[in-house]
Amino acid sequence: MTQAPAPARRPFRWHIPVLLAPAVLVYSAIMILPLFGTLQLSLFRNVEGVRTFVGLANFQTLFGDARWSASFWNALWNNTWFFIIHMVVQNPIGVALAALLSSPRLRFAAFYRTAIFIPTILSFVIVGFVWKLILSPLWGVAPNLLDLVGLKSLFTPWLGKEEYALTTLGLISVWQFVGIPMMLIYAALLSIPDEVIEAAELDGVTGWSQFWKIKLPLILPSIGIISILTFVGNFNAFDLIYSAQGALAGPNYSTDILGTFLYRTFFGFQLQSGDPYMGSTIASMMFVIILAGVCVYLFAVQTRLRRYQF
Amino acid sequence: MKQFMLAALAASTILSGATLAFAQDKSLTIESWRNDDLTIWQEKLIPAFEKAHPGIKVTFAPSAPTEYNAALNAKLDAGSAGDLITCRPFDASLDLFNKGQLADLTSLPGMENFSPVAKSAWSTDDGSKTFCVPMASVIHGFIYNKDAFDQLGIAVPKTEAEFFAALDKIKADGNYIPLAMGTKDLWEAATMGYQNIGPNYWKGEDGRKALIEGKQKLTDADWVEPLKTLAKWKPYLGDGFEAQAYPDSQNLFTLGRAAIYPAGSWEISQFNSQAQFKMGAFPPPVKNAGDTCYISDHNDIGIGLNAKSPNQDAAKTFLSWVASPEFATIYANALPGFFSLSNTPVKMEDPLAQEFVSWREQCKPTIRSTYQVLSRGTPNLENETWVESANVINGTETAEQAADKLQKGLDGWYKPGAAK
Repeated sequence: MTQAPAPARRPFRWHIPVLLAPAVLVYSAIMILPLFGTLQLSLFRNVEGVRTFVGLANFQTLFGDARWSASFWNALWNNTWFFIIHMVVQNPIGVALAALLSSPRLRFAAFYRTAIFIPTILSFVIVGFVWKLILSPLWGVAPNLLDLVGLKSLFTPWLGKEEYALTTLGLISVWQFVGIPMMLIYAALLSIPDEVIEAAELDGVTGWSQFWKIKLPLILPSIGIISILTFVGNFNAFDLIYSAQGALAGPNYSTDILGTFLYRTFFGFQLQSGDPYMGSTIASMMFVIILAGVCVYLFAVQTRLRRYQF
Repeated sequence: MKQFMLAALAASTILSGATLAFAQDKSLTIESWRNDDLTIWQEKLIPAFEKAHPGIKVTFAPSAPTEYNAALNAKLDAGSAGDLITCRPFDASLDLFNKGQLADLTSLPGMENFSPVAKSAWSTDDGSKTFCVPMASVIHGFIYNKDAFDQLGIAVPKTEAEFFAALDKIKADGNYIPLAMGTKDLWEAATMGYQNIGPNYWKGEDGRKALIEGKQKLTDADWVEPLKTLAKWKPYLGDGFEAQAYPDSQNLFTLGRAAIYPAGSWEISQFNSQAQFKMGAFPPPVKNAGDTCYISDHNDIGIGLNAKSPNQDAAKTFLSWVASPEFATIYANALPGFFSLSNTPVKMEDPLAQEFVSWREQCKPTIRSTYQVLSRGTPNLENETWVESANVINGTETAEQAADKLQKGLDGWYKPGAAK
């Protein structure tokens, strides 16, 4: 019996760790370490000028103290509403736009694709400023445009009213970012092989029912990814609110989301001096919330999504 | 040959470098939130100082007002802050001094030019140590469009009844927005509204001190009344004032579209350069004719020394110059509306600034009620006052509800008498 010679031990592939090292090192230094630093900082407090370990006392303050917890729950609810607006408005519109764009009969598709995507690459500061101007009751074009179609009575200073401000900002953010779900879904739609579509057509599945029964199930994983990106992005949001409403997130904290609440607490604002310890506590809570959301997605949603391989 | 040339070149570089280092100027950097003043510092103040003190170079490096405190704290902690620190009044600076980040300037030559009241904003609570040179105060009042008043035949209102009668008249005429103020930025409502008219109700220093001592509460009539008056302003503000920001208000007034602007004196120089009409000013109207009037004459800007600055001596020279009458004269005239706190009277040319400063003689000055001691904790009384004043004007809360919330917030951390 001739035995095949034992396969030569593969030499250790050094190039893998070497090539990975820069990214791992940089990422650890500027992301992982600060993350743990923040988590650690939330367990301390400034007692008479000395940093003292206080265990979970900061979290107790955040949830136990009536004022802190009111601010926190207000910010969390506002943040949730901000997320709901994105899920209900941004993502369906993104899917619809992608479906339209992928239609072979659409002319100037490249133009629309670019035009819709452009706001995404604009800076938040520009977006906040431009929309503040558009919606300004004094110099804005919005009141005049509404006047042209006889709907002037519908105009209110949206950004200044407690009941509308957050929704308005949510819609501005949707306007800015609708390009991202559109692009991702568009790519997913393009990757559906023609044979599948052809087979569907032979079976008489065309038009809308083709979209619902064939295409939508095939792009569901992409929609899942978009949802989780939206979730993470929204619960980390800060820039738009800060540039449009300021750090106090007025009127009456109605646009205060976790990001602005964190900023105010950590860095202070006007006469309020910053409190890095409570700030870190809020940051830790944001981390926990996002982590929980992502876990729910990973274990409850993603495992149930059926994937098709072509 | 080539090598010789190179050596010569290298030698000359080293030599010139050495001579440069020897004669190098001390350079000082000023941290400030007053980015509006950049040109005045660069064109007037710094050249005047550098002429008198050759060998010291000064750079004015301002940042955005709302970010200043946070940015400064971060820079001081990191050790990258400038040599000279523009001081916010009261606790923000006191904190920096207690942390050892601002140097003690009690014995600085020139400090004798300031009264204890002027120094109060930058002294320890017991007044024994001073850590910033007082630079300027700002006075609140109302700036009005003289042409509009003449056109409508309105006399300058002295009492509250006259004030609201004037507003009614302007509103009825319809050509002007009666009051140029918005609530979008929140602080306008508090600073230009509440702190502007408030001292007449809480009787200036008396009320302010009683509040700190715990003898009065924000829910007392004297403190709720100004909020009630503010609520009455709502119908006289422009369309969509809820989304009107601070620059919008300024533009409304300087473009001649509004008749009265609840002001701080710091607006004067900008308004002078932008408004095409004649302007006048009046102090916050009193309740009944003949009542003592109170004005907010708020210590606003001081300048201190970064305790870790490597150029202590040069910086002290600069600070002594800031404390001198020469600086006061240049500064007050270059920036009409920022009034010198120096004991020596300063001659000012600007008529509007003269009008403002003349109230110091008729009325009793006080400082903003929320600044000393009361904004030390969380929730911060000043920031809460912004939010609540805006709520009251927006009509989403009554004056009583707002006062109640403010007092509750204050009770949450402030025990009168305990603060020393």
